[in-house]
Formats: sequence, C-alpha cells, structure tokens
Amino acid sequence: MTDLAIRPHLSALEAAWVIARRDFVAVLFSRAFLFFLLGPLFPVIVGGLAGAIGGEVQREAVSVEIGLAMSPQDNAAMIAAGKRLAPQLGSALPSLREVPEAKGDPAFDARAFMEARRGNYAAILTGTLASPQLVGTEGQLRRWQGPVGLLAGHATSAEAAAFPTVGSAVVTTSAAAERSSRIQTAQVAQMVLFLLTMLLAGMVLSNLVEEKANKIIEILAAAIPMDAVFMGKLFAMLAVSFVGIGVWGLAAYGLWSLGSDALTAASGFDIARLPAPAVGWPLFLLLGVVYFAMAYLLLGALFLTIGAMANTVREVQTLSMPVTMMQLMVFFLAAYTIKQPGSQLELAAIIFPLSSPFAMLARAAMEPQLWTHALALAWQGLGVLALVKGGAVLFRKRVMKSGGAGRAPRGGGSLGWRARRASRRVEAGQ
Amino acid sequence: MAVSEQSRTGNRGDGFSAIPDDARPLAIEARGLVKSFDGTRAVDGVDILVPEGAIYGILGPNGAGKTTTLRMLLGIIDPDAGVRRVFGHDRPHDIGRLIGYLPEERGLYPAMKCVEAIAFMGALRGLPLRQGRKRALELLESHGLGHVANRTIRQLSKGMAQTVQLLGTLVHQPRLVVLDEPFSGLDAINQGKLETTIRTLADDGVTVIFSTHVIHHAERLCEGVAIIAGGKVPYAGSVEAARDRIPAQVRLETRAREGAWMAALPPETRRNGDFFHFPLPESGIEPLLRQLIEGDAGILSLSIERAGLHDAFVAIAGEAAARQLQADSEGAAA
Repeated sequence: MTDLAIRPHLSALEAAWVIARRDFVAVLFSRAFLFFLLGPLFPVIVGGLAGAIGGEVQREAVSVEIGLAMSPQDNAAMIAAGKRLAPQLGSALPSLREVPEAKGDPAFDARAFMEARRGNYAAILTGTLASPQLVGTEGQLRRWQGPVGLLAGHATSAEAAAFPTVGSAVVTTSAAAERSSRIQTAQVAQMVLFLLTMLLAGMVLSNLVEEKANKIIEILAAAIPMDAVFMGKLFAMLAVSFVGIGVWGLAAYGLWSLGSDALTAASGFDIARLPAPAVGWPLFLLLGVVYFAMAYLLLGALFLTIGAMANTVREVQTLSMPVTMMQLMVFFLAAYTIKQPGSQLELAAIIFPLSSPFAMLARAAMEPQLWTHALALAWQGLGVLALVKGGAVLFRKRVMKSGGAGRAPRGGGSLGWRARRASRRVEAGQ
Repeated sequence: MAVSEQSRTGNRGDGFSAIPDDARPLAIEARGLVKSFDGTRAVDGVDILVPEGAIYGILGPNGAGKTTTLRMLLGIIDPDAGVRRVFGHDRPHDIGRLIGYLPEERGLYPAMKCVEAIAFMGALRGLPLRQGRKRALELLESHGLGHVANRTIRQLSKGMAQTVQLLGTLVHQPRLVVLDEPFSGLDAINQGKLETTIRTLADDGVTVIFSTHVIHHAERLCEGVAIIAGGKVPYAGSVEAARDRIPAQVRLETRAREGAWMAALPPETRRNGDFFHFPLPESGIEPLLRQLIEGDAGILSLSIERAGLHDAFVAIAGEAAARQLQADSEGAAA
C-alpha cells in the first residue's frame, strides 16, 4: 500500500522541522503578527505623549522665573545682565521678568504678593542693585540666591566681566572608572534581554493554547514524539522572534538616524556613549543574540510545560502568572549580582538556568574570558532539553486523557437499562 | 525492532483469539494494557489482537476506555502495564509512516488551505510536501472536493472539514488506519461514503481499526470486534461469534389462547399480545414444534430470529457493568 516515496524514517530533527516550518509560516503571515510587531509602538507613542504632556505640565508647574520689583532702571540692568551672561551660564540663570503689579507702586509688598499666591514666580527680587532682596520660599531662595547675586553684581559693574577661555583635555576612561562604566553596559544589555524575552516568550504559550483549541495537538502527538513537537514550536517561535527583533531593530535604527540628537535629549541617554564591553562590541552582540536565544528557549520551554499542564486558557493564565513573577525575580537576581562579580550569589545566578543567560551577558560586558561562556551555553542547552523533555512527559501524562476517562458509569451509563435487560435475556437463554 | 514469531500470526493458541483460525500476521497486538488517570483505572487489562488487512471495531459505551486504548496503541500515551505492538514494534512512533490516525476530536488549522492541511498531515508522517500536495489534490478530486482545494478550512462545512481530515489521515497511504469514532457528526450520506472508503482500504490490504458506539457500522463492516466496558474487554473475537453468544429468539403466534401445550414453552417465555417470545431451546425447535402440534396449539406463525451484534453488545456490556457494580458494592462493603 505504501507505494509513495516516503522517507523511511522521520528523525526527531526532521519532525521538529515539519512543525517549525508550519508554525513559522503560519505565524509570520498572520494578522496577529502584524499587531505583534506594532505592539511596542503603542507604549512608545503613549510614553512620548505622556512625557510631552508631563514636561509641559512640569514647565508650567515648576517655574524658574524671577519677578523683578525694583526700580525700572534696576530691572532693565538686571535683564541686560542676564542676557549678557546667558551664553556662558545658560540654564544656571533664572529667567527674569518685571512684575507688572509692582510698576509705579513704591508700596509694593513682595512678601504679601507671594503669600497671596499671585503670579507664577519662583521668587521676587526687590531692593536695589547694591542691596537686592530676594523674596521666596526657602528652597527657591537656596537655589537662586547665588545666581541672582551674580546677576546683580554684573548689572552693577560698569564693564562686563572677563571670562578666560578654559582649555580642556578629555580622557575616555581611567582604570578606576572602566569597571563602573561597564556596569552601565551590562545593565542596559540585561534590560534589553529581559524585555525582549518577556515580550516574545508568551507567543509560544499562545501558540500551544491555540493548538489545543484547534484540537490538532492529538494528530501531532500521534504522528511524532511530543518533544519533537515542542522543539519545533520553540524554534519556530525563536525564528519569528528574530524576525520581530530585526524589524524593531531596523525601525529603531531608522529613528536613530533621523533624529539621534532629539532622541538623546528626550531620553537623556546616549547609546553611542555606552562604554565598550570587556569582550568587545562584535563578540558582545553575538553573545547577546545567543543568550537571547537561550533565555527565550528556556522560558519558552517553561511556558510550553505550563501549556502542557493546562486544559483551558484560564488555567494557562493562572499558571503563567507565577512564572512571570519568577522571571522578574530571576532578572532582579541577575541584575543585583552585576556589582558582585565572583560572589556566591553571582555563581548561583549563573548556575540557575533561567537566570544564567542574564548573568552571563552581564559577565561578557565586565570580564574578557570566553571559556566561561562556552560552559554556560552548554549548561543552558541542557536546561532547555530537560525542560522540553519534562514538558513532553507532563503533556502525555496530564493532557492526553479522554474527557470521559475512567470507569463506565454504574449500570452501564445511558445503556444501563438496555444492558440489564439484555443481560437478563442472556441469563435466561443460557 | 525484531518481530517476534509469536506476534506474526493470528493463531496464538493461548486461549485468546481475535478471529478464530486466522493465520494472518498481526497488525496490532495488545495484551494486558492498563492505564490509570488520577487514581482512576481507565483501561484495565485490555487484550486486542488485530490481524493485518482486517476491519476491526472497538465497541463500547462512552467513557468505556476506547480512546485511551487507541491512544496507547498509537504511542500517544504509554500504558502503565501490558504489552503493545504495532506491526511487531513496541514503539509505534518508529513506524509512524505506516499509520494513519483520525482522532475523535477533529482538529485542523482553520487558516490553512485544504490542500496544505492534507499535505501537512502527510509531512508529519514523512511524505515530502510537494508529493503530499499532489496526492492531496488527487484525493480531493476523487472525493468530489476538488473545488475546495484552495479554500481555507474555516470556509468549509463541518462535514467537508471532516472529510479533509480523513484524507489527511490517508494521504501517505498507511498500512494501518486507526479511526476514533469516525462516524460521529456525519450525516447519513457521508456515513455511507465513509463505510465505502473503509471497505476500499481493506480491499487494498490496509488494516482498519475504528472505535464506535454505533453498532450497526461495526456489524456491517467488521470481521472482528472488541467490546470494552468499564475499562475491560469482556469480549474480543469475530462478529459472528459475538452474535452466537445470544441464543436466537423465537416468535410464536397461536390460535389457542390457553392449553396444556403451554407447558412445553421455556420458562423465560414472555407474552406480548398474541405473540410468545422465548429463546431458542438448546434441543432445537423440532421437539417443541411436535409438542405444540400434539397439544393443539394451532400455530399461526413461527419465526426464529438470530441475535444481532447490537443485542450481543448490550448483553455483553451489560454483563460487565453488572459485574462492575457488584465489585464496587463489595469493595465499598469491605
């Protein structure tokens, strides 16, 4: 009967490939994937809008404007001094503005004006240039007393103060600073790894749940070993993740090319000035990719195991919450050990499979040795295999049991009365 | 995996036979299969022997353990105890390309095109995708579904989707086809088509094993059946032998309402209007006929009806259920 040219034996790898190929194509060309790609855009937009609104509110709420309530000449001299000093001192100087209510009012009471919460001034300057009087809250006075004194002094002086040019000699780093600066690289790398892993690993779970909902899982389980099914799903989702990361990376690069200055100013973070990792950028990026793959496979295998134990979507949600929280703890552990290289805690973070990729990526930023990475990757690979195997066993044990599994209802269930009647007939006939 | 001599033939000589005097090699050999879930014994020592090329039915009420048995036979789950061999192999996945399986809970990827779905199911069994697509188109055409080849599964009716899944089960031309409740959800026309497909497969030498709780399909199709009840197999053997377990029923109509001749009727006789119903006596009908004639019963009509598989099934499943009930009662009392 089997006259078709069928391969004599479908190996575990080939079986995993059949699953991976289908899953990869199915996910990649689904509408859900488009939304998934756009997913990170929404927090960015919302964050940007919130930041812009927040900044505006803050600018409104935290005024750095000093009201001038001196004589018109003194007011003008102060404003002129501010303009002259601005190129050198910039934002260290407050904005100056005449208080309209004080104009032509020799009895203007700055204290009463401030206490009446009128205007929007950080403080009000009264008195004369020779004897300026700043009225404001304690914090504002502490902040502005010096700059206002400087402005008043400069306004009094007939000539502008001479500012000698200060020469500079920049050093990239120093021996003492190198280690602490690499910590920053390690932290950023861990954070990126964590966010990507959390964002993408959930896809595996939803994929398996969908499979259960479609009831196709039994066909897969009958045709090929369950661990090959799990492996196929994991690697398909990993490939999908790389596509996602590629798209996001390109988008981020495009945005960066268009407005790196604006982005740096807005975020206060300049990625170009991130200290070089100990193993060098090319190797560090390569290790980043490999450790992402491992972190993803480990977490994905864990999620698959959860999916294997769950029978409903609700169960999946309930079971995945502790794992998500545990992943957070694992991340915190790895992040905490960055500043404790060589400690027992760091070793524990490296040995525990789920935190291992995070701890080792940080290590790549801090330490130049490479052999430790080979060892860690082998260990993490074993962890993936163990989780997949365990998940497959659980799946076979817990999921593949029929809804009506168990003994037949007493009396033969719905056939009970007929069974009893026929039974009597048999007995009668014998 | 070496195939043991014992498992090669259907003549086991061990007191248990799938189909008596069958010399064909065994496609499926299961002995003493046991499976428990959460402390409940779903399958309790099942023995099933299916010779190659046979159409074999697994009959049982819902929850009897049919699906669990099939899953064990296919290697989806492992038995807690017992022996399972498919074509002599302990691990069915090792010969997955020889097996086609249609589960009770039908499942296909809704967004997949029919031709791709069938080819994918073939690929799972080792059939190259390109070849699978070609064969899928042929199968769809031959089953009158050529026009839906490029439609997605979600665009199909339920019956069509079930047919597509069946074709996916057969696309790699397996030597053993396992169907779990294949007739459920099908209308009468599609049930008839499925029966034809099963017969065609058997004519081609394919072993077909299917579970059902609809006896008529098994009676029409199967040469051997296993009846499962309460996780046990109270009967496994030929359909004919199962029917022979129930004595034929006699229906008698007489002109005389009463008389001494009534003493000749067996004690199990039931009266229903003008008719008397009773099992055919072991001594045959002739002695009884003689007594009725001599007693002047005035026979108007007499018919002997051989028991059907349905009667046998109900009787056998009922026996098992009664024994189970007794065992449970004794267990509780102890």
